[in-house]
Amino acid sequence: MNLRIIKDEKMGSVEEKMKSAKKRVYLDHAATTPVDPAVVDAMLPYFTRFYGNASSLHAYGREAHNAMDEARKNVAELINAESDEIIFTAGGTESDNIAIKGIAYKKKKGYIITSSIEHPAVLETCRALEREGFEVTYLPVDRFGTVYPSNVESAINDETILISIMHANNEIGTIQPIKEIAKIASESGIPFHTDAVQSAGKVPIDVRRMNIDLLSLSSHKIYGPKGVGALYIRKGVRIEPIIHGGGHERGLRSSTENIPGIVGFGKACELAKKRMDKDVPHLFKLRDTLIPNTVNTIEESYLNGHPKERLPNNAHFRFTAIEGESLIMSLDDEGIAASTGSACSSKKLEPSHVLMAIGLNEVEAHGSLRLTLGRENTDEEVEYVLEVLPEVVERLREISPLWKKEFEIERWRKEMEKR
Amino acid sequence: MYSEKVMELFKNPRNMGEMENPDGVGTVGNPICGDLMTIYIKVDGDRLKDVKFKTFGCAAAIATSSMITELAKGKTIADALKITRDDVAEELDGLPPIKMHCSNLAADGLHAAIEGYKRKCDVERASYGMPG
Repeated sequence: MNLRIIKDEKMGSVEEKMKSAKKRVYLDHAATTPVDPAVVDAMLPYFTRFYGNASSLHAYGREAHNAMDEARKNVAELINAESDEIIFTAGGTESDNIAIKGIAYKKKKGYIITSSIEHPAVLETCRALEREGFEVTYLPVDRFGTVYPSNVESAINDETILISIMHANNEIGTIQPIKEIAKIASESGIPFHTDAVQSAGKVPIDVRRMNIDLLSLSSHKIYGPKGVGALYIRKGVRIEPIIHGGGHERGLRSSTENIPGIVGFGKACELAKKRMDKDVPHLFKLRDTLIPNTVNTIEESYLNGHPKERLPNNAHFRFTAIEGESLIMSLDDEGIAASTGSACSSKKLEPSHVLMAIGLNEVEAHGSLRLTLGRENTDEEVEYVLEVLPEVVERLREISPLWKKEFEIERWRKEMEKR
Repeated sequence: MYSEKVMELFKNPRNMGEMENPDGVGTVGNPICGDLMTIYIKVDGDRLKDVKFKTFGCAAAIATSSMITELAKGKTIADALKITRDDVAEELDGLPPIKMHCSNLAADGLHAAIEGYKRKCDVERASYGMPG
């Protein structure tokens, strides 16, 4: 099998290195992606040679500024925006904060409509605004994780100031009908924001045709460096800055620009746009091998999320009677990097809010597995996963007292309440 | 995050599986929280002749279950009852702080199994399940 071999650099002799060489397959691209070597090459001169502050008037400053302009153009082109509609931020979370708080603070009061399956960057921002007196409606989703445009429409009232619905869900990969939702928002004269951190570069985005007013992007999900993001703000949409200072980024996000990061992000956007025709069919092919072969081979395994309207790189499963953290640790031991919505793997020790929102119970949510593909994954790697996954699931089921056992969740729920 | 000992027992758990005709069975945890552990004991005189387990949960939950079977096997019931959660964690070279509370259930499981055994001796049936 032609798998990529990664050697442990800490080992001493060549022989030892060979022995410790381990098959490794990275299937956690929704968490982060490797930086494309072409992106690194583009960034490097901006650390040591063109290190100027983009605000400076001298040649050093101009070099930095020009590089930033070029990057801004590349980011804008990925989503069919104008360069002057893009501001650079420190990442997707910051973009979401600037967009949502920016609108809220401009309007000073009112209602916000969002969904119950948003990324914490949106959910927690909305909760923070609730504590400040704003009101928020968290729309439900169906069992596939889809937000219904009709529900958005009926949630709108005279005081609605913002609608924020993610483009694609980071856990289960469901793509939302944001074009329909944005149309409703636009007809009601309400700004529409979307978190497109997971969809950018994988699903075509055209902010003009899709009527989007604000859109969040992140660099490290599209083979760019970490610590950089962008917010698209349609011309004419007014937001209040939440970071004050020297007036960078049209006064909307003060702080000396991270030029190497921005250059890398720009390059990553350029590559994403160029490669989409090639990358997306490749991801579809791998995903559509992974999903049916998993659910058909492994007993009591199910796909979470939408069967069709889903990200090309997302496969999200649940397996009866096993727990996600031990599944991830077992796969990791076989060199496979994946992720789960289980409580045991989260900092909050609660099962994923997304999995609960699509109607799974806690125990089902604990048995979830997210595999997210990337452009560098190969057919052989997917084959390897399809070989290892059934064995790992079987082993954990042998250990589990829940496998093939009658199981009344209500009884356990009552026990929980007693405590 | 996990010690080598935890990983070793997670990958190669000892005394795993259901026991035929156990003398005591204790189930602790709650699958809603993500951890459920069943400990089976076989008693000979006042000693634990055999201890087995089945666990649904994270790597820490599986490793602690395996560890308790090894710690308890061969001990007298009185000594087995003295094994604490901290003893189990210590034998595993420590557990991540967040796991100390939720996944370190094995000592409770063993105590529940012993309680089940005692109740049976008192004519009651071995009590199944001591969630929480």
